[in-house]
Amino acid sequence: MRAAPVGAILLRQWYLLRGSPVRALPMFAWVGIDVVLWGFIARFLDSVSGAAINFTAVFLGAVLLWDLCGRVMQGLTTAFLEDVWTRNFLNLFASPLRISEYVTGLVLASIATSLIGLAVMLALAVPVFGLSFLALGAQLLLFLLVLYGFGVALGILASAMVLRFGPASEWLVWPIPALLSPFCAVFYPLTILPVWMRGVARALPPSYVFEGMRAALSGRPFAPLPALWALLLAALQIALAAWLFIGVYRRAVRTGLLARYSAETLS
Amino acid sequence: MSAPREHPADSAAADALRVRDLRKSYGGLLAVDGVSFEVASGEIVGLLGPNGAGKTTIINTILAVLMPDSGSIHIGRVDVARQRALALARTNFAAVYASLPGNLTVAQNLRFFGLIYRVRALSGRIEELLRQFGLEALRDTKCGVLSSGELTRVALAKALLNRPRLLLLDEPTASLDPAAGRDVRGAIRALARATDCGVLWTSHNMYEVEEVCDRVLFLSHGRILLAGDPRSLPHLHGARNLEELFIQLAREPLTHPAEQLA
Repeated sequence: MRAAPVGAILLRQWYLLRGSPVRALPMFAWVGIDVVLWGFIARFLDSVSGAAINFTAVFLGAVLLWDLCGRVMQGLTTAFLEDVWTRNFLNLFASPLRISEYVTGLVLASIATSLIGLAVMLALAVPVFGLSFLALGAQLLLFLLVLYGFGVALGILASAMVLRFGPASEWLVWPIPALLSPFCAVFYPLTILPVWMRGVARALPPSYVFEGMRAALSGRPFAPLPALWALLLAALQIALAAWLFIGVYRRAVRTGLLARYSAETLS
Repeated sequence: MSAPREHPADSAAADALRVRDLRKSYGGLLAVDGVSFEVASGEIVGLLGPNGAGKTTIINTILAVLMPDSGSIHIGRVDVARQRALALARTNFAAVYASLPGNLTVAQNLRFFGLIYRVRALSGRIEELLRQFGLEALRDTKCGVLSSGELTRVALAKALLNRPRLLLLDEPTASLDPAAGRDVRGAIRALARATDCGVLWTSHNMYEVEEVCDRVLFLSHGRILLAGDPRSLPHLHGARNLEELFIQLAREPLTHPAEQLA
């Protein structure tokens, strides 16, 4: 892994953000809207339910953490799609850039942009709605790592899908977080789900995060094993997604699909 | 019949590019059928042929964005199949269908690709190329708003960033006016002589090919039909000029490729 080519992918993202401030808007706008919307919903539920549950912590915290995971995936996919939209594949893949360097650059770009979203999220949710992630203690760091890892795995998977099925498959990629959210038990305990959905949920690292978050907020002691298992699962899924991406890339080189992404014809 | 031109750097060790028995098919269609050729250091070779002859397929296999069914490609002594990154670090290309990202400026594009090619003293190299291609005034202009002629100059600047040992140019002057085209041809010829860079050049402009290429390869249906000096080849085959020979070959391929190369 060489630093300069990885840095080039990161630098390109920086140039794009600097050159068009409109690109930075989604990093702030959607996060802000989610915080405000769910903050007021949670405040309303707190005022009418009289239940022992702290809705602000459970709902708003869950929404924001899930949003973060989605932002990581979208950041990575968007950085990849830049090369689709600008028809840049031939310039990139006919260069000494290695696939591992390209994917690492995309991952780092995505982490950098989503950290900005995380900062905005905390800046709004903590003072305005009194949400305190500090209640989660040190396990918050573990939860964030799991969500980042899963977001990265989804982003690489989504990029592989676009590379395999062509630019039109972009529309398949964006709804992935929404499709997975019922299985990840973002807002409810896993026990609510039917057995078959629970089976799927166990393969999705965020479900352990949200179960752990609810347990911590209800005062139960931290159980490190499920969180560590989720972290391992996320790492495995990153490796699997990277393996898939490389396989799709190799197939695209073998069949000529990669050249066709840029060339008008294969003469 | 014409044989490939003799030149001092014919030994395999000095070849910028060596292609051996290259084959590629798409489904049942044989796009490249056992093509072998070399480009010596400092030599400019024209790869000619009608649309669908296999030119872009050959270029894509050399650039490792398309895997051949069989055959070998060496850039210098480096096998593209085995050491892709090392081989491509010594290569660069410009093609009409591979424009640079329009949402980056000229200077940003050069820096982006300069980092990918790990160019040493990159800032100085960028300034040198901006001057060489008259792009200084456009350095902060986004490539998306450049004219096609300006884009070609930027693509050529990018193609020279890493001082390549092999340069692949797919119709590099297609979008240029005659004066700009002549300047580019002059620049590439000077580059090939000064740096010993081998150049593989495709073009449909036979006058340009005659002016710039040391040697040409006529390709049809994925095979090399003829190879030789573009200035003497037409007369050897009863054609008035290269364009007439091109049309003749495109319409009525010669009897058998092996006979023509014998």
